[in-house]
Amino acid sequence: MQKRHIVPIVYILFLLLPIYWLVAMSFKTTNEILSGFSLFPQTFTLENYAVIFTDPSWYWGYINSILYVSINTVISIAVALPAAYAFSRYRFLGDKTLFFWLLTNRMAPAAVFALPFFQLYSAVGLFDTHWAVALAHCLFNIPLAVWILEGFMGGVPKELDETAFVDGYSFPRFFISIFIPTIKAGVGVAAFFCFMFSWVELLLAKTLTAVAAKPIAATMTKTASSAGYELGLLAAAGTLTIIPGAIVIYFVRNYIAKGFAMGRV
Amino acid sequence: MALELRQVTKVVGSNMHIKETSLVLEQGHFNVLLGQTGAGKTSLIKLMAGLDKAASGQILMDGIDVTNQSPQKRQISLVHQFFVNYPHMTVYDNIASPLRLSGMGKDAIAKRVNETADILQLIPMLQRRPHELSGGQQQRCALARAIAKDSTVVFLDEPLANLDYKLREELRDQLPDLLAGRGAVVVYATSEPEEALLLGGKTALMDDGQVTQFGPTAQIYRHPKNLNAARVFSDPPINIAEVIVRDNQVELSPEITWPLSSNAPKTAGTYTLGIRPNFVVPQKTSASQVALKGRVMVSELSGSESSAHFEMGCNAWVSQAHGIHNYTIGQEHDFFMDPSKCFFFAPDGALIA
Repeated sequence: MQKRHIVPIVYILFLLLPIYWLVAMSFKTTNEILSGFSLFPQTFTLENYAVIFTDPSWYWGYINSILYVSINTVISIAVALPAAYAFSRYRFLGDKTLFFWLLTNRMAPAAVFALPFFQLYSAVGLFDTHWAVALAHCLFNIPLAVWILEGFMGGVPKELDETAFVDGYSFPRFFISIFIPTIKAGVGVAAFFCFMFSWVELLLAKTLTAVAAKPIAATMTKTASSAGYELGLLAAAGTLTIIPGAIVIYFVRNYIAKGFAMGRV
Repeated sequence: MALELRQVTKVVGSNMHIKETSLVLEQGHFNVLLGQTGAGKTSLIKLMAGLDKAASGQILMDGIDVTNQSPQKRQISLVHQFFVNYPHMTVYDNIASPLRLSGMGKDAIAKRVNETADILQLIPMLQRRPHELSGGQQQRCALARAIAKDSTVVFLDEPLANLDYKLREELRDQLPDLLAGRGAVVVYATSEPEEALLLGGKTALMDDGQVTQFGPTAQIYRHPKNLNAARVFSDPPINIAEVIVRDNQVELSPEITWPLSSNAPKTAGTYTLGIRPNFVVPQKTSASQVALKGRVMVSELSGSESSAHFEMGCNAWVSQAHGIHNYTIGQEHDFFMDPSKCFFFAPDGALIA
């Protein structure tokens, strides 16, 4: 092994250590975890995963999370696409100011909005539904998606639009069959960021749900306090929580690089 | 088939982008819009294509008012200076897309696409995507899409400007054949006078958002309406000098005078003289030529032509001549100009003779 490989390898090991520890723990029994230091599972067990996949209070946590994250991503992208198009193609009164103010939504901590959302959703009967969390996350995700998509759309010459109109494409048809495929990398990047934010956001998701739409992260904190320390179970749940994010990253990895190159991510 | 503009204007904010313009563009020949960058060629094309709304005036196609008709309904095609294709479609689908929208049958589309691709040498690339093609091929694909469609007007907005020299010549030679017999009005914007002359047909000179002169290309070249028109339609730039006409002779400077010829103004006064660089040559070829002296600042050799930029008094002139001529930079050289080729413009810029 060459010398120049040492630093990156050490760095990668350092980054992977907590993830390895989490995965290793998920295959151990709780007793083994509590009994002291062990690098590998002494008694390899899939019991923890079996519990999660059979107990509805566990697996519904995942389903709930995936549901509101998906709803949120779809809404965010669907709303952000036309908005970003308007910002990139038209000049209107206050367009630059508005574009900047969109971003300021992201500058406030989510906790600020927890109380107003809780009260509002309780009043209109949205509390403890997937829509409640999905809509609350839109507050942060739509501005971000508009920002990212506008960057990608700005890279598409206006002449493309003109050519399509002259060729006979109506606006909706042009938008769906020409424009969106042209910026599909941007759509991928924007969807990824919406997904990731919504997937890891805990405070709003926890505040706005009780039972019916409880996200997996909330399930994890509850189990830790009530049924003693089921550390193996928690580790398995944690491992499963990482997987969706890892899958999404795998699919958009090339687009993300492009997004960074365009200076908008 | 004809495209007619009646007193069309376009205003952006408080700026007049296109000043009142009336034109009748007909089929059967090229209608060249010639003007420098920023003269309003693209703005005018966008108005004619319906991509921009006119502030006032009317646009007619075949006598029918289309001023408020959307570009989708106008049956037109457009090729931009930049290579614009649909990036996620193959070349075949790119050429076929306007045909599909017009509701043409599948077999008819395949036949039309193949015919057009064959003329533009795109057959081997039909299944590739635009980004896998070279610049010239991309522009040929855009041209094919515009030509394959049954358009009543074809707009070509500096389609060859971004191509390299060889390709440009090749495509320029092909274009008239490609568009002949289509029955479409062809509008071709360019900033190169040479291109307008090569394409022939009719030329509209554009300057500062205005059509200054419109007519058969050769006629406009020979009889520019005013100084501005002569400037736009000359490359290298036309040579200009103040002259005084008195006592039956033209006086460029106290030393350089010549007798009034038939093309000179009849009344005495101060005029602006304009002469194209190819009529100012370094060797005397006829007795009527007027001798000039100038200090050569720059000399260029382009293939079979030599040109020299020289200073004569306060005027910077250009001479362009066939053959290879050697100039010493910084030295005085003799030049000879043909007085019968001079234009004389009045102080307001209008052509006198």
